[in-house]
Order: sequence, then C-alpha cells, then structure tokens
Amino acid sequence: MKSLTLNPFPLKEATDGQPKKSSRRDFLKKSLVAGAGVVATGGLIEAYLDTSAAESGEKVKVLTTTGEIVEVDKSQIKYPRISRKESHQGIPGKKFVMVIDLARCKNARACVEGCQKAHHLPKDQEFMKVYLLQDTENTAPYWFPKPCFHCDNPLCVSVCPVGATYKRSDGIVLIDNERCIGCKFCITGCPYSTRVFAWRHYEEFDEDTQPYSPEASSPGVEGTVSKCDFCPDLIRVGKLPYCVTSCPMGVIYFGDIDEDVVTNGAETYQFSKLIRERAGYRYLEILGTRPSVYYLPPVERQFPVDRGFDGLNEEVEKRYESTPYVQKQRRK
Amino acid sequence: MASEKELTLLKEFTPQIEHTNIKQTVWMIFLAAVIVLGFYALYVQITEGHIVTGMRDNVVWGIYIVNFIFFMGISYAGALISGTLHLFKAEWRKPIIRIAEFITIIALLIGPCYILLCIGRLDRLYYLVIFGRIQSPITWDVIAISTDIFGCLIFLYLALLRDIAAIRDFQEIRIPKWKRKIYTFLALGYTGTPEQKERLHKATDIMAAMVIAIAVIVYSVLAWIFSVTLQPGWHSTIFGPYFVIAAVFSGCGVMIVVMWLFRKIYHLEKYITIKHFVNVGVLMLILAALFGYFTFSDYLTKWYGSERNDELLINLLFDKYYWLFILSNYIGVLLPMIVVGIKKFRTINNITISAIIVILALWVNRYLIVVPTLESPYLPIQDSRPAWIFYNSTWIEWALTAAGVAFFALAFTIGSKLIPIINVSELAESPQEEEKILE
Repeated sequence: MKSLTLNPFPLKEATDGQPKKSSRRDFLKKSLVAGAGVVATGGLIEAYLDTSAAESGEKVKVLTTTGEIVEVDKSQIKYPRISRKESHQGIPGKKFVMVIDLARCKNARACVEGCQKAHHLPKDQEFMKVYLLQDTENTAPYWFPKPCFHCDNPLCVSVCPVGATYKRSDGIVLIDNERCIGCKFCITGCPYSTRVFAWRHYEEFDEDTQPYSPEASSPGVEGTVSKCDFCPDLIRVGKLPYCVTSCPMGVIYFGDIDEDVVTNGAETYQFSKLIRERAGYRYLEILGTRPSVYYLPPVERQFPVDRGFDGLNEEVEKRYESTPYVQKQRRK
Repeated sequence: MASEKELTLLKEFTPQIEHTNIKQTVWMIFLAAVIVLGFYALYVQITEGHIVTGMRDNVVWGIYIVNFIFFMGISYAGALISGTLHLFKAEWRKPIIRIAEFITIIALLIGPCYILLCIGRLDRLYYLVIFGRIQSPITWDVIAISTDIFGCLIFLYLALLRDIAAIRDFQEIRIPKWKRKIYTFLALGYTGTPEQKERLHKATDIMAAMVIAIAVIVYSVLAWIFSVTLQPGWHSTIFGPYFVIAAVFSGCGVMIVVMWLFRKIYHLEKYITIKHFVNVGVLMLILAALFGYFTFSDYLTKWYGSERNDELLINLLFDKYYWLFILSNYIGVLLPMIVVGIKKFRTINNITISAIIVILALWVNRYLIVVPTLESPYLPIQDSRPAWIFYNSTWIEWALTAAGVAFFALAFTIGSKLIPIINVSELAESPQEEEKILE
C-alpha cells in the first residue's frame, strides 16, 4: 500500500469538487492487482483511478511515486476511505502542521461551510469555528478561525477510557466513532472547546453513503464525539484539507513540519522562515498541549475587522453580540 | 443461641417485618410512581437522544454528574460511621450503624447509574471493560467503584448476618414460609458458636478497614476526573481530599435526617437518642470546619493570584450564582457549626434542620463545581443559542434525579421491612453498657 502513495502535494491543485464515491472493497481489489507485480507507472496510477467513470475531459497532472508526471481525467480520480484499523497508522514520514494567517481573515466563513458540507455536518456541529477575539480591552480585536489543534500532548487522548481517540505518527488526532462510548470526558479534557457531540441523529449524517472511516469523520453517529480531523483522506490523495481550499483569502496554510513547507494552494512557504519572519505563535502555549496549529499575528491586515460582519446571516451575527468589541461599538 | 435481650429487641421490631400498614403501602406506591416517571424520562432520552437534556457542547456534564458525585458522597457516610466507629469500638454507634450501612449500599447502587445517563452510547458500555485503557481516570473510576460496591456489599452482609440468623431462629415471628427459607439460606448456617463469632468478628474488622480505604480511593479518583483536566476551577491539587471531606460531610447530613425519620416513624426514641444526634452532629461540625477550610483555600488562591480564566470563573460565581454560592459555601458551613457548637441550639430538630441545609448546600456545591467551570472555558463561548451558552436542566434530568431520590427512599423502606433497622445483635451484646450507649 505504501508504494502506492502519491505525492501528497500534486503539481497542480487537482480538483475542488467532491470526492468520487467508490467502495473500499473496490479500491482494495484494484490496489491488490496493482501490487501484484504491475510495475508500469500506469498500473500504479490505475489503483487510484475509476476508469468506469465517465471522462469529464478535464485533465489534471499527478506525480507518481516513480517520479513521473502523468495526466489523468479529473472525474476519474478516486478518494478511497481507509478502514478503521488502518486509520490508526499515520501517513509514513509525515508530520502535519497548519498555519493560520490572522492578518488575512475577514470571517468569510468559507472554511466553515466547506468543511461542514464535505463532512456532512449539521448546523449544530462545527469542526471549524470562527471566533471574534480580543485579548484585552486595549488590544485589537481579530477573527480567529479555530480547527482542532492536533496537539502533540493531547489531553483528550490521555483521558479516553476506550481508546476511541488516538494520536498518529503523522501528528493527527482522530476519533473512531464506532469505538466512542460518548462519555464526553475528552470534551472536558480539551481546553480549546474543539470537540462536538452528536446530541441527536441529524439528517445530514444520512447523506453520506460511503462506509465510515475515522479519516473522513463521516458519516456521523448519534451519541458520539467528533471534531476536525485535518482531512487525512484528502491528504492521502494529495489534496489539501477542505478549509484550506475553500478559503478565498488563502488564510490557512497546510504542510509538513519535517519537510518545512506549508501551502495554501496558491502560495508555498518555508514553514520555519514564515513563523520566524511573521512571529508565528501557538494559541495558549501556556497549557502545555503543544498544538500543531500555528497562528500568524493580525498585523498589517488586509481587511478591517468590521469587514467580518459583512454578509453574515442573522444567526451567525448574533454569536458575536456578547463580545466586548461589539458591545463597545454598540455603546458608541 | 439468641439471648434474652435479643429476643425482647426482636419482638419490638416484629410488627415492622410482619405487616405493612396502609400508610406505608401508599408511600411505597408513590415512590414507585416517581421511579416509573424516571424510567419514562430515560426512555425519552434514549429514543430522542441527549438533546432532550440541558447539556450541550460546552456544558457537557450537568446535574447527572452532580447527582453522581452526591450519591457517591453520601454512600461514604456508612463507610465512615460504621467502619471507623466499629474499629474504634465506639459503643454509641450500635443503634445507628445499620442505618449507616443501608445509606452506603443504597447510595452506592444509585450513584453509578447517573454516570451511565451521561453516556451517549449505552449499547457500547462493555467497551469500558474490553477496550479499557488504564491511563484514563474513567477506568480508574470503573475499577474503584466496582471494588467499592463489592466491598460494601460484603461488609453489609457480614453486619447483617447475625440479625438474619436471629430472625430465622425467632419462632414467634409470623412470616410466610418462603421468607423464612430465604432467611435460612442467607444466614449461612450461622448459629453463634464461639468459633463462628470469632471468625465473623475478624472478617468484619478487616472489611471495616478495607471499606474505609476503598472509599477514600473512590472519592479521590472521582475528584481526579475533574482535576486532571486543564479546566479553570477543576485543575486543582486540593480536589482529592476536598471531595473526600465533602463526601463524609454530606453523608453525616443524610445520616442525621434518616435517623430522624426512622426515629419518628418506627418510634425508636428509646434507641436513637439526643446523644446520637449530638455525636453525629459533632462529627458534622468537624467536617463542616474542614470543608469550609478546603473551600476557602481553593477559592482564595483562585481569587487572589488569579489567572484570567480563574477570574472569569470567580466573577461568574459571584454574579449569576451569587445566592447559590452563599448557600453552599457560607450557610452550609456556618449553620451546622452554630447549631451544634452552641449548646443552647443543640436539639434534635435543630440538628436535623441544619443537616437538611447541609445536604442541599453540598448538592449545590457540586453543581457549582461542575457547571460554572464548563460555562467559562478558555475560548469564550460565541453562540447565538442561549441553550448552548448556559446550562438549563430539563424536566428529563429532574425526573431522573427525583427517581434516584425515590429509589433511595424506597430501598430504605423495603430494607427496614426485611431486617430490623437497628442492629439487634450488636445492641443486645452489651446490656450492661446500655446506659452508656443510650444515655
């Protein structure tokens, strides 16, 4: 299986569309065929292609493990789901990191919507949340997109009584909702209010007809906990997480800390240099959880903070009503 | 062989075991109805999901966990009063130890049920055993509580054994044959030979010591569930001993109230006297002082050198929860100290009233530990739905709380119908000391 892994970062962003549906068995069968001595590049690529699907005519270039660039049809690319057992293994040789540029965020909420849609989440459950923060009265308010921090010292993992949530070698913290008993201890363990609980069954859960995989965090199950997963199912096929590709401002960078590279799809930076030059930091470092998500402070901003209120629906706008910033604006 | 004294004592309790009067029947039917309502609430919760409770993503634990801590706490009363007093051979304990043991075992059966109500997937409960991870404080809890239940059951059984044998041998009592058969079976052939007495005594001593130790562990582990997290207000080193003290404190309160009830209903004025109320009251006074000291230390340090989130929590406690905070941490501490401490106020009724206040105060104290902390997380709650910002318990949760209390009362009533509510054998053992015990 390892030898089949495509480069996680394709030369050209492959597609923005929804993952093609395909059964896991189908995928396994094809990869077995591919593994059984098919040496040709085409054979290796085939494992990730659903040749029975109609060609859209739109071609994308992908890099194979043998270093060749091949052109394939966009609609034929398969995004297979890894089984629960396999999902315990991290993607070999990787250590993922996210950088969020607060200077660019204007609360467009595209990351939230993209994530919700792709993970088949109801309104009550947001893996990505956008906060309006203001550290003190005299400091500037700023928009703060918050995914799961995929901590290197994750308390949620420590406290889980059944091992339903786990830390992988590639740094990703996942939840297996077929193991989760719903005790919610991890929710109280997480100091960043990242985890959400399925308080009832939601219709959105039924939209996903593919078999469940912790890497996809979908379909959701009533009575279990879920959260942002860094989209390892996309990373495996060389795509960036949904929030990264949905953001119109390029706020969110994703990459590998060992390779020292992060990209938002359009721009690619050397991670260490970016953090050094832009004084990147991690939120609430004092708690000792060692997050994998870094923030670039909101300096020389591209948008005034008030732009974040533009075009918000009433429900979302109401969320920020109790913040000191909005209260102050009101008084003026 | 039952002594003369034992027989007279048994005779006195015979009516309770033989008959159930109409009042008691109505009472039990009422309790059963409350329990049935609780089961209906549970059915609604299971079919419609946890959305029917007041719990949401921020306040994920509500009054179920408060009840869990509360019932586990009062179960401690028996462990302490009966265990410690047994080991110290305090003679005055004899008329009240059965009540203490009943409290322990019944509360211990109710408590863990409340944690189950918080679990989203009850169908996967057995995962706790087959996939249990020893790193998780919940696994510690599972081990500790199951050990505690087991230990307490053995301890209670040992304490009951002699009375069961006494009823079996008591010919005058008119009970159906099958009941007598059960007594015979449960008595395990105990006839009171010196050898049996010696063995029973040794076993009770060992179990008394064990039960005390296990109860300390259970309560500390329960506290660690909170204090191992990073949440402001929970992440405190003092929580283990604080919870243990609070547990015994609430247990003493329940002890006094139950003593008062049985004294009135079963006319036990002869056996449960002012001495018992004062002695347990003094115990409650000492624990009130300790509890007040722990509470004060905990909140003083949070308030004085406060981190931002401690400050938010303190502000919340002294704003939204002001009166509850005053009740639980001022009145609940000072009232028992005044009532028991000043001789003039030290009457049976006064002590009982202060015990009721103590029970309420400690329930609220646990509520103030669980809920406000979850309402003031590190990242401010930004939500438009009031239900997702502040916790508002629903009728489902209250129905199940009432069911727990009703079960407690029902089990106590039934228990007192099966076995004398006063330990007859122990009391009969030292007739020459009777005055010292009853005074």
